[in-house]
Amino acid sequence: MTTYTAKDFKSDQYVRWCPGCGDHAVVASLQKAMAEIGVNPEQTAVISGIGCSSRLPYYVSTYGFHTIHGRGAAIASGVKIANPELTVWQITGDGDCLAIGGNHFIHSIRRNIDLNVLLFNNQIYGLTKGQYSPTTKKGFATKSSPFGTVERPFHPGELVIGSRGTFFARALDVDIKTSVDVMTAGAQHKGTAVIEMLVNCIIFNDGAHGWLAHKDERADRMIVLKHGEPMLFGKENNKGLVLDGFNLKVVTIGENGITEKDILIHDAHSEDYTIHSKLILMKGPDFPIAMGVIRSVAEETYDDAVHHQIDEIQNKTSIKTFDELLGTLENWEM
Amino acid sequence: MSEDIKFVEKEHVVIRFSGDSGDGMQLTGTLFSNISAILGNEISTFPDYPSEIRAPQGTLGGVSGFQVHLGSSTVYTPGDEADVFVVMNPAALKVNATGIKKNGIIIFDVDSFTEKDFEKAGFTSSNPFQELNISDSIQLVPAPLSSLTKESLSGFDFDLKTISRSKNMFALGLVCFLFNRPIEQAIHFLENKFKKKADILKANIKVLVDGYNYGQNIDASISIFQVNKSHSIKPGTYTNINGNKATAWGLIAASKKSGLQLFLGSYPITPATDILHELSERKDMGVITVQAEDEIAGICTSIGASFAGNLAATSTSGPGLALKSEAIGLAVMAELPLVVVNVMRGGPSTGMPTKTEQTDLLQALYGRNGESPAVVMAASTPDNCFKYAYMASKIALENMTPVILLTDGFIGNGSSLWKLPKLAELPEIKPPYVTPEMKEKVKVTTRNENSKIRYWAIPGMEGFAHRNGGLEKDYDKGAISTDAANHQKMVNARQQKITNIAQQIPELKVEGCVDADVLVIGWGSTHGHLISAINSLKKENKKIALAHFNYINPLPKNTAEVIRSYKKVVVCELNSGQFATFLRSQVEGVHFYQYNKVEGQPFTVLELKECFKNFLKN
Repeated sequence: MTTYTAKDFKSDQYVRWCPGCGDHAVVASLQKAMAEIGVNPEQTAVISGIGCSSRLPYYVSTYGFHTIHGRGAAIASGVKIANPELTVWQITGDGDCLAIGGNHFIHSIRRNIDLNVLLFNNQIYGLTKGQYSPTTKKGFATKSSPFGTVERPFHPGELVIGSRGTFFARALDVDIKTSVDVMTAGAQHKGTAVIEMLVNCIIFNDGAHGWLAHKDERADRMIVLKHGEPMLFGKENNKGLVLDGFNLKVVTIGENGITEKDILIHDAHSEDYTIHSKLILMKGPDFPIAMGVIRSVAEETYDDAVHHQIDEIQNKTSIKTFDELLGTLENWEM
Repeated sequence: MSEDIKFVEKEHVVIRFSGDSGDGMQLTGTLFSNISAILGNEISTFPDYPSEIRAPQGTLGGVSGFQVHLGSSTVYTPGDEADVFVVMNPAALKVNATGIKKNGIIIFDVDSFTEKDFEKAGFTSSNPFQELNISDSIQLVPAPLSSLTKESLSGFDFDLKTISRSKNMFALGLVCFLFNRPIEQAIHFLENKFKKKADILKANIKVLVDGYNYGQNIDASISIFQVNKSHSIKPGTYTNINGNKATAWGLIAASKKSGLQLFLGSYPITPATDILHELSERKDMGVITVQAEDEIAGICTSIGASFAGNLAATSTSGPGLALKSEAIGLAVMAELPLVVVNVMRGGPSTGMPTKTEQTDLLQALYGRNGESPAVVMAASTPDNCFKYAYMASKIALENMTPVILLTDGFIGNGSSLWKLPKLAELPEIKPPYVTPEMKEKVKVTTRNENSKIRYWAIPGMEGFAHRNGGLEKDYDKGAISTDAANHQKMVNARQQKITNIAQQIPELKVEGCVDADVLVIGWGSTHGHLISAINSLKKENKKIALAHFNYINPLPKNTAEVIRSYKKVVVCELNSGQFATFLRSQVEGVHFYQYNKVEGQPFTVLELKECFKNFLKN
């Protein structure tokens, strides 16, 4: 098997994102992940919609298609169904994916098409120069909400769960290690793998994820979940999550008689999404933000099902050619 | 058979069945058409059904009709007026009372002609025939279809609803008798249809035979129509096919010929949904169908499939085409092959979903942002939907362009005889694939400099990775570009590619009188009515001819030359003048007269003859 390096996935195109934009880190992570996944760049298709992040296909050396606003999920679905041999990435942002493309997003997840979706969430429309998006925090002032937006935002993970998603992961743009890990895991997952990348927009929404991204405090403010491991976090890795009634609670090992045995073990494979939802919805300052693979459940993919059905029927039928098909019509000589 | 029965030989007969949408009129009509075709008649059919699936029984909103035209010589249309009208209730009578021939016959289910039924249909008296001013010259034949069906099935253990539903078979039996059709053929069809439902089959056959036998007992003054075998038909193997099925099968044939998997992304919409149904059944042919979440996803999954190397198509009707506009623009810009089938219906907006119109022509030609040329073509009969779906696929694949194929509710749902083709006899399809020697050399925009057709590299091919997209690209390097001169060059290349297709399509032919005084122009599904009117006028020694278009953008290359050689030109279409508008932009210095109708119904031959006579006079 050929081994690849991140370089093999770099294109010769000049990268046009703003200096300091979180997207630079994400594409670097993606190139690393692609090398790790080990699929030939020419067996890989990267499909995007419209927006800053959707420029990404130009910056990787694979087959790419920069399409129209919101429709990346539908076009990527077509690519994967037409040729399941390809590894298909869909690149999208919070506006492209959750506003204009919301319908395609939930339906591709519902169908469980084998796509790897990188959702760049910077909580703002960047390319159109700073309007609020479906994930912008309520009250945030933007050019189209000068007095603060009155809209309630989406949590992408909740939409994934609501669409019966089989895979959801999260990573921070500057956290290259977790980013590469979740991208690799997403690509290995059979089904729609939604990876929410928390990305900073240095121009229109600088510090959107600032509380979390804070260099010195990050370890206390995020928990990187790993399947089968206790939900521990913190600078000293001594904080953890336990169930308190129906809710999660942050505890510290050694305090109030808590030992490591009391800490919840992360089960990403659980079909029951109750805990996954609670993890997705955790927010500061009382909780850390959940990162890593939060949910990863095995289910048949749409593309497999489509091709299985065709194979089955083709194996059974005696009609093999078009002329034979014509012969099945009620016909007569004239 | 009673000795009083008279045989009347006729070259052409039109018969219309009409009843509640639950009465099974479509099945009765289809079976009768097929039986007639097998006996050697030429046929053309037209179902006219309501949007309501089951409107309240007996009301005007629920009337469903089926008309078939049988001929012993060429049949071009389902016919204007009916010779025989089989009507199941007063509402059906009211909806279809016009368009019965002067000496026609109305056979009606007298059991459904009660006070209660008159009221439901909005009659104010107990004589609906008088109320509708039905001419005395039309023969009224009351037949107790409901009660005789009930009697016929008295030995069966069926509920009333099932019994009542079988009366269409009684009507079919009766009509088979009146047209001297052997009952065995009808039984054969029923055996196929109800293969897996033995008791339903038995009951249907019983009712059918009783209906046939009843024919011998009815009013002896009724005539039996004898429509002989047609001799104008080319010998061959035939079937009866509707336009939507023919369209679907044309796509399959193109897929087999090109060796590409067929992919249809579609969203249910009247009257195009049967294309989705038909292709969903063809897993045996390896067809992939995706019933998408909306019209946009329908076309977008197809564009994805095209990018991935499939023969990709999407099917829709007017409102759906509007939703697909932006994505068609993407296919134009990305220069990907794509077939967009638009089965036109009454518009604008939701309009009249089950009625027919030609009102999407300008939308197909121009309904996109930017300079966005696409191929537009139109089928003109139910059976040639096959040919044009095949050609649409061929043109799309060989020229790397979206092709919009226009059909409509009239030919989509209507049926005609179709001579079965052989795949080997259909023209080759050769997409402009990249070749091994082009490896590492071609960009996404690299094109044949004569034809302007770009080369097709498909994901998975080594040495051809590229980035396509909706942004303008550099002509040589393929990278995104906003350079002024480059944009002009790319706009020109995309246009030239479409213009060049005129060299691949047949020249325009004129039918009718060579030295005509009036040239009639039509396009798409109106061909049958136009040529019928013109043939009829030719018999009256009128100098008139028809130029009918199946290829609209680009137009056949001799179009201007043909049109300019006539003194008077009249464009007839089922819209307010869309093709006339287009022709004015393409052929300068010609005065285009117009004849237009936007009623959701096809032309009638009668109205066209009247119109043409006026043009011939002045």
